[in-house]
Amino acid sequence: MNTTARRSLLAGAAGVLAAPRLAPAQESPGVTAGEIRIGSTNALSGPVSSYSVISRCLSAMFKRLNDEGGVNGRKVNFIVYDDGYQPPRTLEQTRRLVEQDRVAFLFNQLGTPTNSAIHRYVNQRKVPHLFLATGADKWSNPREYPWTMGWQPSYRIEAQIYAKHLLEQKPNARIALLYQNDDFGKDYIAGVRDVLGARFDSMVRAVSHEATDPTIDSQIVSLAATGADVLICGLTPRFAAQAIRRAHDIGWKPMLFMSNVSISGSVVMQPAGPEKGVGVITSDYRKDQSDPAWANDPGMEEWRGFMRRFVPDGELGDNNYTYAYGAGTTMIQVLRQCGNDLSRENVMRQAAGIAPLEIATLLPGVKVSTSPANFSPIRHMQLQRWDGKSWVRFGNVIEGAQV
Amino acid sequence: MSATEEIPATPVLAQASPRSAMANWQRGALVLLGSAAALAPIFVLESFQLFQLTMAVIMALAVLGLNIVTGYNGQISLGHGAFYAVGAYATAILMSHGDWSFWATLPVSAAVCAGLGYAVGFPALRLGGLYLALTTFSLAVAVPQILKHRAIEDWTGGVQGLFLVKPDPPSWLPVDADQWMYLVALGVSAVLFLLSWNLIRSRVGRALMAIRDNPTAAEAMGMDIATLKTRAFAVSAMITGIAGSLGAVVIEFVAPDSFGFGVSISLFVGMVVGGVASIAGSIFGGLFVLFVPNIAEEVSKAAPGVIYGAILILFLFLLPDGFAGLLRRAAARWRRVAARNGDGP
Repeated sequence: MNTTARRSLLAGAAGVLAAPRLAPAQESPGVTAGEIRIGSTNALSGPVSSYSVISRCLSAMFKRLNDEGGVNGRKVNFIVYDDGYQPPRTLEQTRRLVEQDRVAFLFNQLGTPTNSAIHRYVNQRKVPHLFLATGADKWSNPREYPWTMGWQPSYRIEAQIYAKHLLEQKPNARIALLYQNDDFGKDYIAGVRDVLGARFDSMVRAVSHEATDPTIDSQIVSLAATGADVLICGLTPRFAAQAIRRAHDIGWKPMLFMSNVSISGSVVMQPAGPEKGVGVITSDYRKDQSDPAWANDPGMEEWRGFMRRFVPDGELGDNNYTYAYGAGTTMIQVLRQCGNDLSRENVMRQAAGIAPLEIATLLPGVKVSTSPANFSPIRHMQLQRWDGKSWVRFGNVIEGAQV
Repeated sequence: MSATEEIPATPVLAQASPRSAMANWQRGALVLLGSAAALAPIFVLESFQLFQLTMAVIMALAVLGLNIVTGYNGQISLGHGAFYAVGAYATAILMSHGDWSFWATLPVSAAVCAGLGYAVGFPALRLGGLYLALTTFSLAVAVPQILKHRAIEDWTGGVQGLFLVKPDPPSWLPVDADQWMYLVALGVSAVLFLLSWNLIRSRVGRALMAIRDNPTAAEAMGMDIATLKTRAFAVSAMITGIAGSLGAVVIEFVAPDSFGFGVSISLFVGMVVGGVASIAGSIFGGLFVLFVPNIAEEVSKAAPGVIYGAILILFLFLLPDGFAGLLRRAAARWRRVAARNGDGP
């Protein structure tokens, strides 16, 4: 017993000593000849745990990739930890991923406050922090945070797109802007300002409300009194319904743009009154799986086939799956581009060098593309209008402004 | 069970004089062993594990604060997360807006939290038991929303929170930032644990427990219940607030979402699992609060909450009087066995 133990201990020690020379890949953390480790955090528990399907979908995509042989012979080991949407736990779990599990990089962590808590840590450590599941604008700041990159169009890009469209339709518009007084709402101000520039102050009348306010009726009434003919709303669902209903009830008929997080039929349009919302404009970059136009679309067929095989019990109506499929496709593209050099520097270089890429679950014309100066992978969206029953896409895909 | 535990009281008494002769060096050895165990992680653990342990020490300190008011004084508080948040924000605001050093913010944070705790102590005088629990709980629910309010947004940073930078280790000490933060948390906690230990064993401590056990008798003995209760709340809030300050500087970020009512519940769980009215139990409570959710997640990623609940029920079932109760029972049995054999170790 004793000798065996000592022998295995010696062998182990020898192995540890020899390891650095045997494995040159050690220079790229998280990468061996047969594996690449990728880390993520999501709210697997807690109030927003409905987003956990994103991680489920991504895990299934990596499983499909591994079944097909992986990337360059390497299997992806995708590790997801629960942070319960609490920023301190996000930091704890991220440090576990980086320091203990030694992942090569981080991918698609969920949430704005949670990613804020690790923003500096990952940039100090120079760990790629890629394609985050949040719509805030601050992730595309390559000069100050060269290791962090978002994915979906930010609220700011959304607002730029509305501003571009309305200038085309009404060059002399008088614009009312109603926004929630937080970083989400303020992104809409920034986006409109990006497009209007010096004209912002003369053209726009902006009013804010608190998330804790019971209603926004008074804001709508005072904005209507300015005689504005355009209303841009950076609002969350409950207030979106109030805004649509109130504007209709007081007989104000502006060209109304609604934040695309607040366009759900059942949560916003039905409570507002479907007939009161006719003509409201919003935007999207994904194909809506309930839209019959995509019934035989090859991209959506690819996605449905994937869901049937790898996520058989997944709810097909949940658009988090089409989102995750897009983010996962982008990640796999970056892995392929990296070739055999999976060092953190090269992963970041490739993530910042995606040539325009079509993705199965995104609208035609919406392409993922990045450059060292552009850390906003998706900058295009298409507008859609409420016809009383559903959202109808119109016009061409519009690109956000160059800032 | 309790009856059999009462019986060996006499043999223990018989052994009392040789035991107390040993007690001094035993206690000395215990303190040495304890400090060695507390300092060893610096040399043994990797930085991430050290970071986790630092957070566990901080949670232990927060649980200690709750234990003073709920464990020793019997005033149930489900709102200590609020004091934790206020302590964290006091430090964060002073460090990021005022460029204060971390150490300078500690007294301010302590004073602010003590004041707030004192204020909460007054309504607590008129509310007992479940009503007090709910009142304090409403505090925990309200604080994250108050932190977002427009009137104080310029200081608190609103939903986006505040960033701060943890203090650098002094140049004469050969440690890195994580090791230094562990030492800081350990040092501050050790001082507060020692002070609490002394407080509980003092006249005031006995008065706190007397008020918990029988307020009428305590009052008849001449104890000023109102003063003691409100001050217990103040001390308790101060300790938890200092834990919040340490937490803010270790995480280097505060945001309203960091201080949901889950924090208060976690502290309460830590207190019960560690041992109600136990100083040492608070340490175990801190470890439990930090590590058990991770263990639960390793078991099942699909439903970590269910596993956490199961572990919690298991603990309450196996250790009905908390971890401290287990220690007490083990010590009693050890003494009993030692007494029966007639020779102490």
